[in-house]
This record gives sequence, C-alpha cells and structure tokens, in this order.
Amino acid sequence: MTGDRVSYTLGSNLESVNQAETEAERFAAAAGFQGDELQEIAMAVREATINAVIHGNANDPTKTVDLTLERKPGRLEITVRDQGKGFNIDRVPDPLAPENLLKQSGRGIFLIRTYMDEVRFRNLAPGTEMVLIKRVRGAAAGTKEKQNDES
Amino acid sequence: MKVSSRQVNGVTIVDLSGRITLGEGSAVLRDTVRELMRTGQKQILLNLADVSYIDSSGIGELVSAFTSLRNQGGDLKLLNLTKKVHDLLQITKLYTVFDITDDEATAVASFGA
Repeated sequence: MTGDRVSYTLGSNLESVNQAETEAERFAAAAGFQGDELQEIAMAVREATINAVIHGNANDPTKTVDLTLERKPGRLEITVRDQGKGFNIDRVPDPLAPENLLKQSGRGIFLIRTYMDEVRFRNLAPGTEMVLIKRVRGAAAGTKEKQNDES
Repeated sequence: MKVSSRQVNGVTIVDLSGRITLGEGSAVLRDTVRELMRTGQKQILLNLADVSYIDSSGIGELVSAFTSLRNQGGDLKLLNLTKKVHDLLQITKLYTVFDITDDEATAVASFGA
C-alpha cells in the first residue's frame, strides 16, 4: 500500500457500506477534493458498495467486496468488485422514466453516474467490477500541482 | 437518526435529524410512518431541515411512505429541504412528485386544501 493506492476487502454487510464511504471520503480529501466534489465521491462509493453488497453478493456472508482507491494522473479512480452473479448494465431500468419514478429501488447506478465523471462496468464471471472516475479539477488540481512543485 | 413528532391542526409533523440511509436511518423512517398509519395518522409532513443526507435507500423509503399513505387516503409532504436533499430530489425527478415547501404553516394548511 502506498499513499496513492489503498485496497480493502470488505464483508457483505451494512458496516462495509459505511466503511467504504468513510474511507473514500478520507482518501479523496487527502487527494485535494473538497466541498461538493468530495461529497459526490463519498456518495457514489456508498451507492456502489450498496450495489455490490445487496444486488451483487446478495448479503451472502461468504462473499466479499474489494474496494480500491487510487490516485492517478489527473483523476481519482475507485474500483468496487463483488462476487455475485453479475448483471447486464443495458437492462437496468431508467429510474427517471415515468413508470419507474415511484419505484422503491433502482436509483443507485443512476446516482453513481450523476456524481462521477465516468463509470465503467465489467463482468468478472462471477462478479461485477465497477470503476468510478472523478477527474482532478479546481482545488484538487491545485493540490496536485503543489505536490508536484514540492517533489 | 433522531425523530420526534407533533400534531398541528390534524397534521402530524415529523421532525427528522441525521441521515436517511441504508440501515438505521431508513428503518427509523419506515417504522415511524408505519406506526403513524397504524394509529390513523395519515396526514404527514416530514420536516427535513436537519437531514443532511439521503442515499438511494432513503429515497426508496420516502417514495414507499408516500405511495402507502396515498393508497390509504392520506398524504405525505416535505418541509424545509437542505440544498443537498433538494438537489437529490431534483436529479431523481422526485421534486415534482412530492409537495415541498419551506413554510410550516403553509404546508399544514395545504393538507386541508
């Protein structure tokens, strides 16, 4: 583990969701993100972990969720992997469609896509990998520049 | 999450404080609304002034409470959204579904309208 990359293996439970959110917020803050962007990253990671625990691993205590937080040039990259059956992203219903507006669930991936700059999905057979990317701009860019100047 | 309720002109105002998220927050909201419905209190105004954050699970509970109350002849309205919650309801298009206001007296009166 270095300051630019940290990984966690989490259980399929609620505590993991809270831990993932907390660790992502701490990591993103250290990378220079703040304000709304910092909150968006934390919320996106929370939703991705909920998705992995509930919809991926189906709360199975024998399955784990892998979380990796990584600082790369120009961006923060977060990977969430579950060990579930996988799903077809193209078949996820649009939560903004009139017929889905009053459904109790189905907004997690929409929120992740809203909060992040880029989201990639990959079937691991078994399992699903979700990569969340937030590009460095504003205050976070200033932090990176300052670190580069000091190095 | 902390919750307390009070009665104003036949409307039950539920003051919520904290986060409505998967786990305790969502469960508290669900149990509170169920208990109010069980005791015949079906005109509910949720005061979200001190709710800092709602995740997808919390949104689901809000929608579920709204539809349950409507199906039983009641109603659920929202009061005093923080900017973050306001933005969340806008991007999920639920801002147009819920009746939302920043004035408690106006909100209470609207139940009888």
